[in-house]
Formats: sequence, C-alpha cells, structure tokens
Amino acid sequence: MGEEKKSIDIFAENLRAKYDIGSKEMYPAPLARIEALDKLLKFCQANSIWPLTFGLACCAIEMMAAGMARIDISRYGAEVFRPSARQSDLLIVSGTVNKKMAPAVLTLYDQIPAPKWVIAMGNCAISGGPFAVKENYSVIEGVDKLIPVDIYIPGCPPRPEALIEGILKLQEKIAGVRYPFPQRKIDPDKVKKKPQLLSI
Amino acid sequence: MDFLSLFPPEFIRIIISSIIIVTFIFVNAIIMVYLERKIAGHIQRRPGPMEVGPHGILQTIIDGIKLITKQLIIPTDVNKPLFRLAPLLSFTPSILPFIVIPFSKSFQARDLDLGIVFILAISAINVLALLVAGWASDNKYSLFGAMRAVSQNIAFEVPILLSILSVVLMTNTFSMQGIVAAQNKIWFVLLQPIAFIVYFISGLAETNRAPFDLPEAESELTAGFHTEYSGMGFGLFFLGEYGNMFIVSSIATVLFLGGWHGPFPLPFGDFTNIIWFMIKVYALLILMVQIRWTYPRVRFDQLLNLAWKYLIPISIVNLLITAVIVKL
Repeated sequence: MGEEKKSIDIFAENLRAKYDIGSKEMYPAPLARIEALDKLLKFCQANSIWPLTFGLACCAIEMMAAGMARIDISRYGAEVFRPSARQSDLLIVSGTVNKKMAPAVLTLYDQIPAPKWVIAMGNCAISGGPFAVKENYSVIEGVDKLIPVDIYIPGCPPRPEALIEGILKLQEKIAGVRYPFPQRKIDPDKVKKKPQLLSI
Repeated sequence: MDFLSLFPPEFIRIIISSIIIVTFIFVNAIIMVYLERKIAGHIQRRPGPMEVGPHGILQTIIDGIKLITKQLIIPTDVNKPLFRLAPLLSFTPSILPFIVIPFSKSFQARDLDLGIVFILAISAINVLALLVAGWASDNKYSLFGAMRAVSQNIAFEVPILLSILSVVLMTNTFSMQGIVAAQNKIWFVLLQPIAFIVYFISGLAETNRAPFDLPEAESELTAGFHTEYSGMGFGLFFLGEYGNMFIVSSIATVLFLGGWHGPFPLPFGDFTNIIWFMIKVYALLILMVQIRWTYPRVRFDQLLNLAWKYLIPISIVNLLITAVIVKL
C-alpha cells in the first residue's frame, strides 16, 4: 500500500496555507539587545503565562482541575485564564481538533499577540489518539499539522499534575532555566497532625 | 534663592503632588491585584501566587512587565484614533479625583469648595472611555459590553448622587475637608446608615465590580469592552479600574467613616492621620474583593431593577427625611 495521503491531512495542509501561519514574522527584532534586560524580560514572560479559556474536550476538565484547590496552577502565576485571545500568551489545545473546529483554532492562534506559545494536551491533540485510524475522516491527527506546538503533554487525558509539569517545561523553554525555584520539601515527621473530626 | 523664586511654592506643590499621585495609583494597583489574587486563592482553599518572590509578592510587577513586552495589535477594521485614545481616556479620570481626596489634614493637593462635585464630574468621563473603547473596537462583544456599561453607570449614578446629597445636607458644604471636620464627634455612618449602604452598593456597580461586572461578563461577552485590547492597552483599563475602586472607597471613607479621624490621636496628627485613612480605605477595598469572590453575577434586568426600583426610591426617601430633620 503506497503512502497515500489521507483526505484529512490534505485538508489541514490547505487550511494552514490559507491562514499563512508559518511564514508570518512572529516578533519584530529589537533595535539593540541588552543581555541583562533580555534575561529579565524572559524571566517575566516565563513566570506570567496567561492561558486562553479554551477547552475542546475531556482534557479541558483536567485543565479546569489544574486551577482548583488541590493542584492550583496559580502558584506559578498561570491562573489568569483570559477570555479574550488578545490578552493571553498560551493556547492550551486541550482535546480533539476536528475538521469543523480547525479554522477556529487557527483564528484563535492568529489573534494571540506575540510572543505566544502552544501546548498540545492529550493524545488527541498530539497525534489524533484513538481517532488516528484508517477510516478517520474528520479528526485532525495532531494539532501540529495546523499550528506550531511548543510542549506536548501525553495522556488520555493527562492528569492536572502533568499539565503543571508541561507549564514548568514551557517556562524552561522560554527562560532557559527551570523555574520555579526548588519547592519547599515538607518533612512528614515535622508536620503537625491535625485532629480529625470524623474518623472513618 | 533667586532660582527658587522663579517657581512659586504653589507650582512646586502641584508638581510634587501630581508625581506622588501617579506613583500611588500604580503602587495601589500592584498591591490590589496581588491582594485580589491572594484573597481569591484563600477563599477557594488554595495558596494563590507563591513562586515569584516570597509568597508571590513580585507576581504583579512581573505581570506588568510582561504586559509591556506583548505585541500591540490594532485590528484592521477599528477606528484607529479612538481605539488608541480609549485606554488613556479611561486611565486619566482616575488620576484627577486624587487631587481633592483628603488623605490627612495636610496631605491634600487642593481643597476645592466643590470637591465632591468635582469627583463626580470627573469620574463620569470613565463611562465615555468605555463607550469609546467598545465603539471603536468594531467587535460585537465590545459594543455589547460598552452599552451595558453605559446603561449601568447612568442607572447607578443617581443613587450615588442622592446618597451623597443627604450627607451634604447635614454638613452644609461640598468641600472634602469640611465634611471630614464635621465628623470629629460622630461618624456619619451611624447617622446615615441607609445612605452608606446605598452608596456602597452603587459604588460597586459604578466600578463594574462583581457581582455587577456585566460589562465584562466572560460567559456572555468574551471580555466585554476590552476584548480587542492587547498588552498595555488592556493594562491601562485595569489600572483605571483599580484607581476607580480606590476613589469610590475613599469617598465612602470621607463621607461616612470619618475620613482621617481615628480612635485616638497620633503624634504629628496633621500628617500621620494618613494611617487611619488608609486603614479604612483598604478595609473597604478588601471587602469589595471579598464580595467579588463570594457572590455570583446578577442578571442584567435584576441589576437595573435594583437601581431604579429599590435604590433610587430608598435614597430619595432618605434624603427627604434628612432634609426634614435638618430643618427642624
């Protein structure tokens, strides 16, 4: 069986060409580059990543859980889910991108002001996941066929901790250093045990 | 000495006070955003920003620097001059009222005879800024948000005025220092509790804070009037909002909570009474933040009914009763 392109791949290629994503100049080069200032700006960009409120499928549930009490993405300054693409830095593609959603994903990516980053969260966004079969006609097999992706988080769906690890990796990619500073290790012997009201 | 005499003391005073005011607005916004994120976190049983600086103290500054580095997008179809003007128009009116706010007996840029009227007149410009932003953005969500902002602000301007008037009837002056001086025996919150509550609710609505943040309701309108603004344009709207919150709280402090009067006198009271003023204002601001993270957003008809059906009649009756008692 020869390498025949799937119709969905051709669709993705055409769409990408139509939106002209790869060829655009992302960020105008500065007139003068001062290393210390550059480092400071990178530090700031890495530590205040505002994601777009954009959920596609079940991975979005895990993305919401990452903002809640147990995991709390806000420790790293990334809890500001902006509703408008113009004010966000990060597009978390959390779920299946199908034929009908693809133009919306591209438009949203286009609307985010530079510098911008993309996280592909979950197997569907990475490679099509369970939909990457021969008969597939509607699911884009990997969002990187549409837009450039910085971080891939595997899992079906990935746990919220995995999303946090992805954001830390993204910080490492932006600033070159792994932020945050080492977490305070809690010694289990020194922790005072609270009296439990209900002992089950 | 000759060099100094070129500048009259009043001129130097104006320059120094304006520098202090602008600095203070930025510092206040930084503090308030940090407080808001921390309080929101703790209300939801999570720590909030933790990693940048001890307990995330530097988080807001870093966010600000990041906002400055973002690309400024001006969409092709917008009305460019108006689009660029709107953030400035929203930020500037939040500076001017600081001129008449009496932080203490000596910490005041100018004691105008019509201090409160001046503040009300200036803060009405903010509505115009929101309308301009929504109109110029060429975006249906922005336009909806702007329209909501205008109708909401017009509705709640009336109870604010009426509740302020009932205080002014008692003091017989519009000057901020005069109103504070009239409260050296008893705070007006005890004499005018209804006016205080009406003023505080209307102030929340006037600054577009939750539960009245309908102009930027995320679930319906994306981000409301600042949908199309990126980078520092959005940042200026935010600064303006926090400046307005501070102004609303400080008017409440001056009119109802005794201004810079404290429970006991401090040494160098003319200057150090600023501490009492700040404590009261920040207590009100923290109350506003707590309200935002406790109550869900109201529906738009509920919001306007609250203003026209309840707050305005209540404050009119309150004003009439006050007038009768003052005249007796």
